[in-house]
Amino acid sequence: MTPNGYPAPPSIDWLMTMPALLVAGVGIVALMVEMFWPRRSNSAIIFLSLIGLAVAGYFTAIQFGMPDGETFARMIVRDRLGLVLQLLLIGIAFISILFSEGYLREKRIPFGEFYPLLLWATSGGMVMIATKSLLIQFIGLEILSIALYVMAGMSRNEAKSEESAIKYFLLGAFASSFFLYGIAFVYGATGGLHLDLIAEAWKADDPSMRNLLLFGFGLILIGLSFKSAFVPFHQWTPDVYQGAPTNVTAFMAAGSKVAAIGALFRVLEASGVMQEFWMPALFWIAIFTMTLGNLVACTQRDVKRTLGYSSIANAGYLLVALLAHFKSPDKVGLQATIFYLVAYSLMTLGAFAVVSLAAKGGKEGTRFHDLAGLYRRAPVAAGLLVVFVASLIGIPPTAGFFGKYFIFLDALQADLAPLAIVLAVNSAISIYYYLGIVRAAFVAEDSPVRPAMSGPVTFGNSLATAICAVGVLGISFVTAPVFEFLAGR
Amino acid sequence: MASMGEFMPIVILLGVAALVCAAMVTLSWVLGPKKVTPYKASPYECGVEPSGTARERFPIKFYLVAMLFILFDIEVVFLWSWLTVFKNPGMGSPETDLAFQWFSFCAVMVYMVLWIIGDAYVLRVNALAWDEAPEIHEAKFGAPEAPAATPIPDAALQPAGGGK
Repeated sequence: MTPNGYPAPPSIDWLMTMPALLVAGVGIVALMVEMFWPRRSNSAIIFLSLIGLAVAGYFTAIQFGMPDGETFARMIVRDRLGLVLQLLLIGIAFISILFSEGYLREKRIPFGEFYPLLLWATSGGMVMIATKSLLIQFIGLEILSIALYVMAGMSRNEAKSEESAIKYFLLGAFASSFFLYGIAFVYGATGGLHLDLIAEAWKADDPSMRNLLLFGFGLILIGLSFKSAFVPFHQWTPDVYQGAPTNVTAFMAAGSKVAAIGALFRVLEASGVMQEFWMPALFWIAIFTMTLGNLVACTQRDVKRTLGYSSIANAGYLLVALLAHFKSPDKVGLQATIFYLVAYSLMTLGAFAVVSLAAKGGKEGTRFHDLAGLYRRAPVAAGLLVVFVASLIGIPPTAGFFGKYFIFLDALQADLAPLAIVLAVNSAISIYYYLGIVRAAFVAEDSPVRPAMSGPVTFGNSLATAICAVGVLGISFVTAPVFEFLAGR
Repeated sequence: MASMGEFMPIVILLGVAALVCAAMVTLSWVLGPKKVTPYKASPYECGVEPSGTARERFPIKFYLVAMLFILFDIEVVFLWSWLTVFKNPGMGSPETDLAFQWFSFCAVMVYMVLWIIGDAYVLRVNALAWDEAPEIHEAKFGAPEAPAATPIPDAALQPAGGGK
C-alpha cells in the first residue's frame, strides 16, 4: 500500500497467467479474422484456434515443476491442480473444435464467431481454476457462462436451441447472483476477497461473523452447485443439453464441469474450517445427485438428454471423490478426482462427437431411433461409441472403470462407506440406459419409412473420436505414473 | 473487521422504510374514496387516450441497442474513475507516480483496444442496422468455391441460421 491507500502496481509473473491470456487473445484475433477476411470458410479461424490452444498448452506444460505461488496481487495462483485442470480444459477445447466444423456445416450454422466464443469460454474456465480470489473466480465464471449462453442459442432458427439459451441464461444469471451475493457476505465477514481469509476470520471466533461466513459460503456453494449440476440445482441440465448444438453440449458437459469442479475444490479447500457444517449437506447432495441423475436417465428417449442426466450422475461421482479427499486429506489425495475428470471429459466428448454425426442438411435427430442402424452408415464411429459407452458404464479396461474404482476406494478409505455403496449401486443402474444407446446404434434397424439421419464422417470428427478413444483406453494402462504425476512426486 | 452492531442503524433504517411504505399503501387503500369511472380505470398514457393493447410485440433489436448502449456506459464510468486517479496518483514520489501512470495507462489501453475491436465487430455485422441479418456465404456450407475475382451476387448469400 502507498501513502494514500491506492495499491501499488503489482510486480507480475506473466507466465502464470499466460495460458489464459493466450487463449483469450487468440479468440480476439480469430474474431478479427472473421471480421476482415472474406467470409468464405472457417479454415483460417480453426487453424489459428488450434495453434493458439497448442501454444497455450505448451506454456501450461512448462510450468510444471516451477514453484507454486501467487501473482497479480494474489489474484492468480499456480499450483499443480490448477495447471493440470487448465491443460485439461485446453485439451477439451481442442477436441471440441476438431469435430465442430463438420457438424456446424451440416447443421447450416457455420458461424465463424463460434470459435472465438469457444476460446473465450475456455479462458474463462481457466481463470476460474487458476485463482484463489473469489471475485476473479466470479469473473471467470461469467466469461465462461456468457460465451456458453450465446453458443447454446447459436442455432437461431431452431426453437429448442433458443429455449436452451434462454433457460440457461435465466437460471445461470440467477445462480451467478447467488454466487455474487455470497461473495458480498464473505467480504463482509473477512474484509477481503481472498479465499485464505475465510479460515482466519473463522478462527477469530466471533459468533456473528461466523454466521455471516456460513451464510455467504452457503450462497457461493449454491452458485457453484448450479454450474456443476448437483441436485437440486440440476433442472436446467437436460433441457439445455438437448437444445444446444451438439458440439456446444459436448464442451458444456466436459469444460464447464471441469471448471466448476475446480472452483468448487478451491472454495471447499479454503472452507475446511467449516467442514462440520457442509460435509453432511454435501454428503446428501452427492447421494441425491448420483441417484436422481441415473434413475431419471433411464426414462429418456433422447441421446443428448440421456447424456445430460448422465453428466448429473457423474457430477455426483466427482463430488464423492472431493468429499473423500476433504474428509481425510492425509489418507486420500486429489488424484482420483482429477483422474475421473480426465476420463469423464474424454468419454463424454467422444460420445457427443459420435452423436454429432446425426446432423444432415440443416436437420438433426438425436432421439434413440435416429441412431438406428448407425453401425451400417458409420461403422468405425459406431464402434468407438461402444468404447465410450463402455467407459461411461465402467467396464474394464477403460478409463471410466478405473476412475470409478479409485473413487470407490477413496470413499471407503475416508469412512464414507454409504457413498461408496450408493456409487456402486448407481453404476449398476446406469448400465441400463447406456446400453440403450448402444442398442439403438447397433441392434435397431434403419427403418425404410423414416430413414435415420446422419451426415458424412469428416476428418476432424474421426480425429476427435480417435483421440478420445485412445485416451479412454490408453490412460488405464498408465494409471500408476499418472497418479504419481498428479500427486507431484 | 466489523462487528454486527455496526449494521444496526442500517437494519433499523430498512425496518422503518418498510413500515412507512406499507403504511402509506395500506392506509390510502383503506381510507381513500373509491369512485371508479371507465376513464379513471383505463391505463394512464401521459393523459392521452389509450389506444390498442399494451402487450404488443416489439422488435428484439431494441434489446440489442440497449445492450450496446450499456457497453458505452460502462466504458465511460471506467475511464472516468481511472482518470481521477491518473491525474493525481499520490504514490509517494514522482518516480512511483510515473510508474503507476505508465502501468495504469497500459492496462486501460488494453481495455480500450479490446473495446474498440468489439465496437468494430458490432459495425461489421450490422448489429445497429435495423433490418439486416448477418449473412453466410454458400461456400461455408461446403458448396464448391466460386471464382474469387467475380463479385458475389446478392442471391448467393444465405440468411444466417439457415433461413428465417
